[in-house]
Amino acid sequence: MFATAIIVFREVLEAALIIGILAAATSSIPGSRRWLAAGLLAGLVGSGVVAAFTDVIGSLASGIGQELFNAIVLGIAVLMLAWHNIWMSSHGAALAASAKSVGNNIRDGRSECSALLLIVGLAVLREGSETVLFLYGIAASGGNGQSSMLLGGLLGMLSGIALGYTIYAGLLRIPMRWFFTATGVLVLLLAAGMASQAAHFLIQADLLPSLAAPLWDTSMALPENGLPGMLLHSLIGYDSRPAGMQLVFYLVALSVISIGMKLARRPQQTRGVS
Amino acid sequence: MKRLLLISLLFPFIVFAADADYTLTIKDHQFHPSELTIPSGKKVKLLVENQDATPEEFDSYALNREKMVAGNSSAVVFIGPLDPGRYTFTGEFHAATAQGAIVAK
Repeated sequence: MFATAIIVFREVLEAALIIGILAAATSSIPGSRRWLAAGLLAGLVGSGVVAAFTDVIGSLASGIGQELFNAIVLGIAVLMLAWHNIWMSSHGAALAASAKSVGNNIRDGRSECSALLLIVGLAVLREGSETVLFLYGIAASGGNGQSSMLLGGLLGMLSGIALGYTIYAGLLRIPMRWFFTATGVLVLLLAAGMASQAAHFLIQADLLPSLAAPLWDTSMALPENGLPGMLLHSLIGYDSRPAGMQLVFYLVALSVISIGMKLARRPQQTRGVS
Repeated sequence: MKRLLLISLLFPFIVFAADADYTLTIKDHQFHPSELTIPSGKKVKLLVENQDATPEEFDSYALNREKMVAGNSSAVVFIGPLDPGRYTFTGEFHAATAQGAIVAK
């Protein structure tokens, strides 16, 4: 039961943290909740579909279909997170001042919200499909201990969701002055971590060279299957034995998005001065 | 026509089993062989063949690899180049029994 709980927890955790952070980051955008919920629902349906077609996806492209699929999903998520963060940089000040001014600009708000839907949907899709497969395996294998394993799965899922909610509630307690900086940094790190994961899948598929693998080995000090390692993996893309190429992707995503955020903020500031 | 060609390009998976360097078989939630020796310093194409009806995740922190293998199907994983050493892996969904290691020499 405990082993089951941990597996499901790990899968749910990543999606739950992403949703928690985004829910907090967009809490002042009117209607964002509905889009988040829609993304969650679409992701759940999608993960069932992906799980059902695992063997088909896996056998595409000479057996590296799964890696390509994961890398594409992660790539889209990185782009959407980048877009979200840059959008927030140019609207954060307005959002902080009054939610109304952004609410008025419905078209602008809507494109941000559809990015939200996509990010949440893809996160749930990726992690959810593995959970579905795992739980399906348990349900299909029958035998004794089945119900306790499914109970473990439920326990793991609830713990993951609880942590997602904790980060959401925690972020909302941050004073307004720091709030957008805090959520911005978290989203930035999420995106960089996903870029590194995308590289990981492309290396596994032999589409990218690994460049020095592993670059370092911190699996003794901070193993990825321990809770701190798991959390750091989901939040900032921690990898105990990363390939050099992963770090390249990480740093490129980090710097490109940061520069984008800076550029987006600039006109806002000059307008504030004049 | 062009689209057909593109789709057909995506489906050479009938051959992918043939040119793998090594094969791991999953049966009754166990890996066979449970220890696989490969040359170090060389990239290796590994075929994981799941003969169980239930899905399995080939998972290795040591190798930095994770791959879902659906029930009664196979999956390709590229590993290495590795330094000499022992690299453990598990079938995450049945970690109690599905244990193994790659030994790079």
